[in-house]
Amino acid sequence: MITELGHFALILAFLVACVQTVVPMIGASRKWHGWMAVAEPAATLQFLLTAFAFGALTWAFVTSDFSLRLVVLNSHSAKPMLYKISGTWGNHEGSMLLWVLILTLFGACAAWFGGNLPPSLRARVLAVQASIAVAFFAFILFTSNPFLRLPVPPFDGQDLNPLLQDPGLAFHPPFLYLGYVGLSMAFSFAVAALIEGRIDAAWARWVRPWTLAAWVFLTIGIALGSWWAYYELGWGGFWFWDPVENASFMPWLLAAALLHSAIVVEKREALKSWTILLAILAFGFSLIGTFIVRSGVLTSVHAFANDPERGVFILMILAFFVGGALFLFSMRAGAMEARGVFGVVSRESALVMNNVLLAVSCFVVFVGTIWPLVAEMLFDRKLSVGPPFFNLAFSPFMVALGAILPIGAMLPWKRGQLGRTMLALRVPFVLALALAVLAWAMQTGRSGLGPIGLFLGAWVVFGALTDLWSRTGRGDNRLGRLSRLPRADWGKTVAHSGLGVTIFAVAGLLAWEQEDIRVVQLGESFDVGGYTLTLDGVDQVRGPNYISEMGKVRVAQNGREVAVLNPEKRVYPVAQMPTTEAGIDYRVFRDVYVVIGDQQADGGWTVRTYIKPFANWIWSGSILMAIGGFLSLSDRRFRVAAGARKTPAGVPAE
Amino acid sequence: MSARGFFQKIRFLAVCTLLAMGTAVQAVEPDELLSDPALETRAREISKDLRCLVCRNESIDESNADLARDLRVLVRERLSEGDSNAEVLDFVVARYGEYVLLRPTTRGANWLLWASGPLMLVLAGGIGLAFVRRRSRSQPAGADTLTEDEKARLAEILKE
Repeated sequence: MITELGHFALILAFLVACVQTVVPMIGASRKWHGWMAVAEPAATLQFLLTAFAFGALTWAFVTSDFSLRLVVLNSHSAKPMLYKISGTWGNHEGSMLLWVLILTLFGACAAWFGGNLPPSLRARVLAVQASIAVAFFAFILFTSNPFLRLPVPPFDGQDLNPLLQDPGLAFHPPFLYLGYVGLSMAFSFAVAALIEGRIDAAWARWVRPWTLAAWVFLTIGIALGSWWAYYELGWGGFWFWDPVENASFMPWLLAAALLHSAIVVEKREALKSWTILLAILAFGFSLIGTFIVRSGVLTSVHAFANDPERGVFILMILAFFVGGALFLFSMRAGAMEARGVFGVVSRESALVMNNVLLAVSCFVVFVGTIWPLVAEMLFDRKLSVGPPFFNLAFSPFMVALGAILPIGAMLPWKRGQLGRTMLALRVPFVLALALAVLAWAMQTGRSGLGPIGLFLGAWVVFGALTDLWSRTGRGDNRLGRLSRLPRADWGKTVAHSGLGVTIFAVAGLLAWEQEDIRVVQLGESFDVGGYTLTLDGVDQVRGPNYISEMGKVRVAQNGREVAVLNPEKRVYPVAQMPTTEAGIDYRVFRDVYVVIGDQQADGGWTVRTYIKPFANWIWSGSILMAIGGFLSLSDRRFRVAAGARKTPAGVPAE
Repeated sequence: MSARGFFQKIRFLAVCTLLAMGTAVQAVEPDELLSDPALETRAREISKDLRCLVCRNESIDESNADLARDLRVLVRERLSEGDSNAEVLDFVVARYGEYVLLRPTTRGANWLLWASGPLMLVLAGGIGLAFVRRRSRSQPAGADTLTEDEKARLAEILKE
């Protein structure tokens, strides 16, 4: 019964979205206030209906209602409750429902917090947002309905994929979708502004918090996924340049570019048409990501045939929204004249460079991702584009970005002097150089990767701190002023430092990682990278829905025990699938990462040991970036913009 | 990466792992390792550039599948017989086709793939530079300049 109500609510939400697309749009062009006002209650209603539908599906998973096809395919009565709930979105249909739930949530938020927007702009934003929802409601209802029943319900389900039964992965998709879908707000604002024909500093100030929020969620989502891959897949890799990973990384890069270009629009009324284009492209790449992931077209060209209906449907959505928006853009872009004037050496120019580097690096990822498809279709060549290509073709852009970041971030607006800014940055430069030389001297005959990464990371972090310190001015009580600086300044410093930390950590981990693979007898000890490991035993352990072979490995340093690790090999009988659970001793400067393999003929066990320096720093850096984003989001000027309904619409540029 | 993405990736991993289950093979095994550390390091380097054919986007260095193991052993055999890294790669490509290379060649249309980044950088950098130069030369427009009326009014104010 609840399932049918959920299904019905979903259909109602679809109809509400149709109304919300048409009525406010007509109202805005005819200046009929009654019609424009339809948008807000409709957005709220749409969200409530979708939330009910999602709740109904979650309920079916929680109560293990095996009369539902989706529950049978993705759940099992013995599964822990957390994974029953996360199983709701651990599959195609459920995750699409979560997708639209978040889409309608953002629409509703725009209705709730958009009180200070001019009524016609607000009506148009909500109408565009609803039109996206219409497309995806139709997609769900016609190709991926989660509410289908089975005529003969089985006694139990087929279980969720065991690799998905993990806390890191339970929360990874919701964050990622908050990011993907959050970019729809930037898109809706861009299209609404194109229809209005007006883009000014106020527009940039309204659109920026949404982009910032989307970017923060994407950052968290990607970091969670990467962390999961690190501890779950059994060899400690954290990024594979897989098409589906790239699908989330491309919107992230463009959202980062959009954040920065919107600052230029807000402060200086320049880069307007580029910012609009970026907003369209960023959401376009979210849709491309959805297409890549759902159709399977890039996993293998032939997988497209598995689900042609869904793939074609998303391709049509993509073509309609991106094509339509770009058409509108080509008609109206000429009208958006830049006003701000600035010198070649200025913050504005530095932000242009930032955008060039981020957009081109996104382009490289895009070309690398679709190249196998292009090569097969146009040149009849079956080839692969893997991590070696991306590491070579993508990394230089990040190096360039890290190198110019501290300088660009400190250059004054309008007109700056390179020499003066460089002089202000002499301390971080010398510090970073000294650290890099130290690292070079301490490592033995390896590549320059580690020292270069350390230099860049330290340069970015210390540069960000110098920038913050310089904002406290001169004279006494600089510390006091430091605490009173706007949150946006703190956000900038924290987010940039996070990037520096991540750059350093990735380079450091890749450069200084140690690996050891061997057969170990029970009770035998061996040395890896200054640690002595002893395999004490291997036991059979029974979990709630799996059977495990759990090793006990003692880790000692200088004769003192530092950790006891339990690497596991699990088998999930229902899903018929084995997984590895690495035993990891997390430390600030290095992880000891132990994986247990199979028993050998002579009774010993295969044991893989990795010493992973600075592994935690990769995700700590990502979290710092996200915290920086949150700090910036909580800045007074956004809160004022959200709260003060009486302020005139046109906020002057600073 | 979305849940669905993981789901698919994992299915492929699962296939690889299932293939491995019966025969108890898991990534690089101790018995495969070459005794000569220099040769082993080269083998690992080459393995990272070769794709496991039955898995999705995994190198043979990471993969658990039987086929990956065969390829790892093959790479080490060729190296032990004195092949250079390039010769080993050529040998594997001759057998399994270009698809096994995770680092695509620059042959044929692939130059476009490798050049796309630098070309786009030049193009985007050029457009960016042109934009910046135009901005630095243009006169302050719109709100920053005064209309004739405003100038007259300003002159009046200054006189007073």
